Amino acid sequence: MPTVVVENLVKDYGTLRAVDGLSFTVEQGEVVALLGPNGAGKSTAVEILEGHRTRTSGQVTVMGADPATGGAAFRDRIGIVLQECGIERELTITEALNHYGACYTRTRPLDEVLELTGLTDLADRRTHQLSGGQKRRIDLALGLIGDPELLFLDEPTTGFDPSARRQAWDMVRGLRTLGTTILLTSHYMDEVEALADRVLVINQGKLVAQGTPDELRAGIADTTLVRFDQPANGGTVQELFGDLTGTATAANNRIEIRTTNPTGDLHRLTDWALKHDQELGHLEVTRPTLEDVYLDLIGGDENE
Amino acid sequence: MNKRPSSLKLLANQIGYQNRRFRRNVMAAFFTLAFPLMFLLLFGALFEGVDIAPGVEVAAAQFYAPGLAVFAAVSATYTNIGISTAISRDEGILKRTRGTPLPPWIYVGGVVGSGIVLAAFGAALMLTVGVLAYGIEFDWANLVPAVLTFVLGVASFSLLGLALASVANSGQSAPALAQATLLPVAFASNIFISVRNNPPAWLELLGDIFPLKAFADAFFACFDPFREGSVYEPWLLARIAAWGVLGALVFWRKFTWEPAVGGPTRSRRRR
Repeated sequence: MPTVVVENLVKDYGTLRAVDGLSFTVEQGEVVALLGPNGAGKSTAVEILEGHRTRTSGQVTVMGADPATGGAAFRDRIGIVLQECGIERELTITEALNHYGACYTRTRPLDEVLELTGLTDLADRRTHQLSGGQKRRIDLALGLIGDPELLFLDEPTTGFDPSARRQAWDMVRGLRTLGTTILLTSHYMDEVEALADRVLVINQGKLVAQGTPDELRAGIADTTLVRFDQPANGGTVQELFGDLTGTATAANNRIEIRTTNPTGDLHRLTDWALKHDQELGHLEVTRPTLEDVYLDLIGGDENE
Repeated sequence: MNKRPSSLKLLANQIGYQNRRFRRNVMAAFFTLAFPLMFLLLFGALFEGVDIAPGVEVAAAQFYAPGLAVFAAVSATYTNIGISTAISRDEGILKRTRGTPLPPWIYVGGVVGSGIVLAAFGAALMLTVGVLAYGIEFDWANLVPAVLTFVLGVASFSLLGLALASVANSGQSAPALAQATLLPVAFASNIFISVRNNPPAWLELLGDIFPLKAFADAFFACFDPFREGSVYEPWLLARIAAWGVLGALVFWRKFTWEPAVGGPTRSRRRR
């Protein structure tokens, strides 16, 4: 049986449907990422799996238990790294780890947890003396102290600087080699590409795509992107679009053509530009990145 | 297969943990212990002995030290539990705890247990200073009623502290709410000033409604040099217990483990 089975999960907040019929599984030892924009329902879904929230309807089984009723026996086997959770400012890192560790049946040795999270040298410092990135590492350490079979990581690197992100990624990769099943959420494409065996793209509470990063890319693998600045007489460029085999869209003074016939479309494009004496500013011809795939799936700019 | 830690061990851990957090929190220590002690020393300097009969003098502290012991105990339970629990919720510490296998009642038990330990320490401190510095007297025959009255009082005020944390919508509003509810009532409750002799009706009413005066008077009964017969005050004890039940109900209905949406942690974590 898979470690996590979610079937037709629904969560309503009043009239807002935050999670809308989500179904997926996570196999033992797998690193699975829920990817989606802010407000897509990722954290809500994960918090239901953690037992922090109740669901409106649907079936959820995590390691054979229902998180809503699993109680202490269930929580004994999972580790949770929440998005925004404080740490007792009065305690040192070692004291906090020992305090939370004492709640579990099994604990991972303190030294090992400190080592994994790079906190060995800071172990006797009070937590309020530490930086944001260091506190996030304590979050991770607290998630690991109970030696969990399944670890939830909710946006583990939001707010990190680039080098701190790399360090965090190395930590997660380290855990994966130790066999821990990990369900993480992120809104960074590069993060899930670096960490996840499998990606579940979520938008407006629904699963819109899933697969390995490569499989997701394969969906539009034969597409080429042609992009250039909106020409000065922007009105007349539209007349060209009908002749193209690809589809053109305009946004933020850039025009993007998605085509499976790049040679022909480029020819028609440059021909039109020369005839009308227009420059195609910042012209680029590229393969879609995973980011493009993702933006395509969630239907536009992720900040919208 | 390892065994799950026993409830008793978990509870002892939780009490130790809350005590440690308290000891390292200067503000909490000041308001809980230094504040009542300051009043005790201040009153000691202001008031002299009272002639209660020709040739019989009783230290003034005999009347206010038990009241200040109650005040310290209420600060350690109602104020301290209310504020620290609201702050822990704001910071997400309650939510983090809820994600561990620790049973929720053991966390709450740790909070209350730690409050009672602190209350006992604070009250013992006031009474010890009262005995050593001002020569107040205590009839050891009253030890059992004094302890039972005290335990009922701090248990009720612990529950009221949990109720306070349940209705305070943030860790920032909790201290204001605690002081705004405690201090005015304290003035009507024989804590700072005696309102035993013909107080204005409204002041008497204020004291009679809330449980602080009941606690102070029931505890003082065990120190009252004029009292004869049983020092138990069943009617006062019933009032204290009723407020404890009310506190438990509010806690039961209103308490949440999650920070309010958009609470201070949100801005703190984003840096």
